[in-house]
Amino acid sequence: MAKSLLIISRQAPWSGPSAREALDIALAGGAFDLPLGMLFLDDGVFQLAAAQQPDAVQQKNLAANLQALPMFGVEELFACGHSLARRGLDNDALSLPVEVLDNAALTALIARFDQVVTL
Amino acid sequence: MKFAIAVFSPAHAPSSRRALRFAEAVLAGGHEIARLFFYQDGVHSASANIVAPQDELDVAAQWRAFVSDHRLDAVVCIAAALRRGVLDDTEANRYQRPAVNLPMPWELSGLGQLHEAAQLADRLVCFGGD
Repeated sequence: MAKSLLIISRQAPWSGPSAREALDIALAGGAFDLPLGMLFLDDGVFQLAAAQQPDAVQQKNLAANLQALPMFGVEELFACGHSLARRGLDNDALSLPVEVLDNAALTALIARFDQVVTL
Repeated sequence: MKFAIAVFSPAHAPSSRRALRFAEAVLAGGHEIARLFFYQDGVHSASANIVAPQDELDVAAQWRAFVSDHRLDAVVCIAAALRRGVLDDTEANRYQRPAVNLPMPWELSGLGQLHEAAQLADRLVCFGGD
């Protein structure tokens, strides 16, 4: 059986290519039908904020690429509730259908996957 | 045990040096490296154009020697490398850039190689940050 991989994305979409490069790992793995999950943690939860205007800082919009995750078979999407709350983001107004986890659930999630990559 | 090792930091970061020391210890311990995968700023760890001061450790040169000496499968992510100006001969020609800084023993390839290595190996160990 294929090993499962959890990708933890910890950077805001405007802080360099990290957010996109974490997403690229997920999309590449999805193309191979691998069992993948993606967790948005720390500043990574800013990727889920709705109605972003990245063109104001001459950046491409990551949101459209994030929406592709379910189409690539990556349906296990999670966000850290603590990270969202600290940044004033509303759990009910996120741009992706993520499951919001408390700290205990985060620990269980990371333990459930065979492998973890953090970017 | 079979290890896949991913490096996310440039040669001047302590984590690149730690990754190299870990990889050396893997082989010294009689284990196997399924693949080394260089991603994000880790592509700079593979650059041949790094000039370390004479009295400092040259981690990029040590990576190069380590990969060559042990004939390891060492993949540099092509998308991450192009973005950061780490080019082999083919890519420098394709995009008409004046310098090549990724000669042998590295291979430029895609993220599928990271997934394949993670599937082949018993452990995936990543090195990033400082």
